[in-house]
Amino acid sequence: MRKILVLVAALASASPAFADDSSLQLTLKDHKFSAAETSAPAGKPLTLMVTNQDSTPAEFESKALRVEKIVPAGGTVTLRVHALAPGRYQFFDDYHEDTTSGFLIVK
Amino acid sequence: MLGALIIVFREVIEAGLIVGIMLAVTRGLKGSRSMIALGVAAGVAGASLVAAFAGVIAGALAGVGQEIFNAGILFLAVAMLTWHNIWMASHGREIATQMKNVGAQVKAGSRTVAALGVVVAVAVMREGSEVALFLYGLVASANSTTPELLEGSAIGLALGAGVTLLTYFGLVTIPTKWLFRVTTVLIGFLAAGLAAQAVVFLQQAGLVEALSQTAWDTSAWLSDRSLIGRVFHTLIGYSDQPSQMQVAVYAVVLVGGFALSRAFAPAPPRVRVAAAE
Repeated sequence: MRKILVLVAALASASPAFADDSSLQLTLKDHKFSAAETSAPAGKPLTLMVTNQDSTPAEFESKALRVEKIVPAGGTVTLRVHALAPGRYQFFDDYHEDTTSGFLIVK
Repeated sequence: MLGALIIVFREVIEAGLIVGIMLAVTRGLKGSRSMIALGVAAGVAGASLVAAFAGVIAGALAGVGQEIFNAGILFLAVAMLTWHNIWMASHGREIATQMKNVGAQVKAGSRTVAALGVVVAVAVMREGSEVALFLYGLVASANSTTPELLEGSAIGLALGAGVTLLTYFGLVTIPTKWLFRVTTVLIGFLAAGLAAQAVVFLQQAGLVEALSQTAWDTSAWLSDRSLIGRVFHTLIGYSDQPSQMQVAVYAVVLVGGFALSRAFAPAPPRVRVAAAE
């Protein structure tokens, strides 16, 4: 089991795809995303980095981007997003969906 | 208050449905009640641990610990459900014909009951850890509205338990003769849906890149975040914007599960079933 985990970890960190593609940085502070609107190129996989500067955990989620991940208080998580068609994609904090959301504009 | 209620209820509805189905499936098998209770208790304990160590898990395995963990326990549940169906296909008739022979029943049922206990634990742990983190957030940022929000959360949890009861009592009204078939189909779809959910985590971690395009978008008709969408999401694995890989894995688990059950079914009853159809 341990060997498999190590292998998986090695694969994940060695994955060249992570380095090449466009990456985006999002920050949560006072339950607001910055940038609340950010853009990315179409047709390319993305690496999304979400930092939570609040003192409570958040759950970064987006149906259209097909991601769902807990972002611990004070933590940063990385997510992989599939290549997207041009459009406006909403993301939000599942724990504060009414107030905490943003858009990814893909062109 | 309503906001907190909805958030908590949406998280627990899947676990609520699964526990209800498992209660109905294992009904009449001795030791099943305590095994399901044990599954729930283990799930709650696991959820608290996962919530407490959320930071550690997220940071583990080069940042994909959360995904590997979620995909891992989901696949464990898929394996248990599939195994249950196969096992029931090959032994179910014995149990049914020996219903009065309590001793044989206990022996035959205990292993599959344990497998379904694991499924319960996984369902409760997965959804429960998100609820636990939400509640922790409420308490950590306590202000004047916190008691109200906690009240809403408690009602959300209670409604989740209500879903369990509704599912269970709905299923057990089905005549015993049909119940086995219904639950077999339910479990097959449940397993396929959970496998498709696991795929999302592997894709999000960047471990699976193939077939990442969206297969369809029916979010305008039935969002899988809506209440009904959520129920279908759990029961048949409905997703409003699945990737092609999710659809493929779903199909393989669904078809493969039923094919395996058929292959392991003892020959004579299979002929009888075929003749009856």
